[in-house]
Amino acid sequence: MFYREAGQFKTSYIADQSILPIAQDRVFVFGFMAVAFLGVPWFIDSYWANAIFVPFLAYALAAIGLNLLTGYCGQVSLGTGGFMAVGAFATFKLITLFPDLNLIIVILLSGAITAAVGVLFGIPSLRIKGFYLAVATLAAQFFLVWLFNKVGWFFNYSPTGQITMPSVEMFGVLVTGPSASPAARYLFCLGFVVLFALAAKNIVRGRVGRSWMAIRDMDIAAELIGIRPLAAKLSAFAVSSFYIGMAGALYFGVWLGSAEPIEAFGVEQSFLVLFMIIIGGLGSILGSVLGAAFMTLMPIFLKNFMVDGLAVEVVTAKHVEITLMGVLIVFFLIVEPHGLARMWQILKEKLRLWPFPY
Amino acid sequence: MGGEVIFFLEIVISGVMAGVMYALVALGFVLIFKASGIFNFAQGVMCLFAALALYDFMAPGGWVDRWFGFTFPVWMAIVLTIGVMVVVAWLIERLVLQHLVKQEPIILFMATLGLAYVLEGVGDILFGSDVKPLDIGIPQGASDWALDNYGIYVEKLELVAAITGAVLVTILGIFFHRTRIGRALRAVADDHQAALSVGISLRTIWVIVWSVSGIVALVAGIMWGSKSGVQFSLSLIALKALPVLILGGFTSVPGAIVGGLIIGVGEKLAEVYLGPFVGGAIENWFAYMLALVFLLFRPQGLFGERIIERV
Repeated sequence: MFYREAGQFKTSYIADQSILPIAQDRVFVFGFMAVAFLGVPWFIDSYWANAIFVPFLAYALAAIGLNLLTGYCGQVSLGTGGFMAVGAFATFKLITLFPDLNLIIVILLSGAITAAVGVLFGIPSLRIKGFYLAVATLAAQFFLVWLFNKVGWFFNYSPTGQITMPSVEMFGVLVTGPSASPAARYLFCLGFVVLFALAAKNIVRGRVGRSWMAIRDMDIAAELIGIRPLAAKLSAFAVSSFYIGMAGALYFGVWLGSAEPIEAFGVEQSFLVLFMIIIGGLGSILGSVLGAAFMTLMPIFLKNFMVDGLAVEVVTAKHVEITLMGVLIVFFLIVEPHGLARMWQILKEKLRLWPFPY
Repeated sequence: MGGEVIFFLEIVISGVMAGVMYALVALGFVLIFKASGIFNFAQGVMCLFAALALYDFMAPGGWVDRWFGFTFPVWMAIVLTIGVMVVVAWLIERLVLQHLVKQEPIILFMATLGLAYVLEGVGDILFGSDVKPLDIGIPQGASDWALDNYGIYVEKLELVAAITGAVLVTILGIFFHRTRIGRALRAVADDHQAALSVGISLRTIWVIVWSVSGIVALVAGIMWGSKSGVQFSLSLIALKALPVLILGGFTSVPGAIVGGLIIGVGEKLAEVYLGPFVGGAIENWFAYMLALVFLLFRPQGLFGERIIERV
């Protein structure tokens, strides 16, 4: 009744190709953005920012990055944690070497550095495929974390091996460090995620994205129709690592504030982000964001439910939480292997006919 | 023999032994990948789970002791644990795999990751997460015979592990090539649909394969558990077995063994001769780098089936 596209005529190719072709979608998305940018900052407090919104946004960016590589280009990577570490340490080094540099530039540069590292570790993908490649990317994960743990230059020889983000101002407002306001940190991350989600959406609709998808669907056939696998695969690694590097920068700089490589960027991070894109939906930008939301909220929800609701002991609750996470993941894969993005699509299809399905 | 040579030999031998231990874990991966094309990440946790169950059957203070007031002797505990692993395999097939037939390999891989979480959580809830010393009577300490005759230090436990590994591989080889079930397994590995059409039940085969790899996991769990106690970190040996796996090829049993030996020896040599120059603790990633270098020349692993791609 409300979600009908009847009567909306497109008279130009530009209108036909737009990201949101249906007027109701536009209203919904712009309304949602207005709430996110103008509404949420008014009532966000420290708990909501630290436990939910900021980690969700950082992970969403990482998930978009990994989805570009795995979902669109078909190269499974388990090196996400390592690449996030590159982004985080690059931010740390840049901000301590050049304290006056604008934080946005610092984060973009960190992304660029991560992209270079990503290309380096993406080179084997030209020869190795499938699970062999997935395991090979673990080499990047373990090597990078080891490097940041061992070489003192990366953490400025601090005795604990930790890196700590200094307080940085943007437009006169603190966005990092312990005294930054929750709203400022949230808005900073949100700006990055919205901007780069839009960019990703446009990349995958364009020539580059199409060449990635051709490689994903069958690389030999793609090569035969004139797509260069070298350029396609390495560009996918570069763009994906760029996103993941920025995500790592936000994860460390805005959310954690201080980090220790083995704890913060372990192989669990790689699996977590991979879960996000699988549960959200491979080959979908929206899916990456939904998956990140799901995987951030689920543990908090389970923990609150068990510890506060059922008064289970904290240690037992941790074990039950792990088990339930596993059960939920398997359940999701069985019920909807194409992820939350597909569910959203089905919902929209249903909504078009509602409430008169005949 | 000079001291240098003996030192070198000791490193190589301990590398070989460690390699056999890795190979034991990698074997479980290979079995499942061969028969169902599933990259089973839960293999490491299965080792942990099997070792926990085994410990519980025979140690004072476990469930059996608390409920019935007695504990089982070692051999019976092992038989019972095998039973547990078969039940686990059956449950996995029934509750998970059956519903995921014909999905993308990555979905199946993710499902086994979920499975790993479940097994880990259930193991923790049932058996507790403290470190448990597993002792089933495997001799420990240095082998006197090698020390006396050749002046070389060899760990007895690792010797036992090596022999067990060799026996296990032989049995598996005979099982795969000489028995009816083994033939059916190979048929399934070749082509699911063709196997179905000649009357082989996929579901039975999968239960059997998962049970067998559960038993392999038990053997690996016993060895690793005797070496360093049964605890959560036991499940991380899966990460150790992965480079072995890609080096040897996902589909090859001999590949798992040879890959294990190469990784084991390479890792030990690198740690001793290369480690001091770069700050040590390189065993975490060295194996992966070694495997990566091999892969650049043979993308399907040393013994993997040749990857033939058609458009």
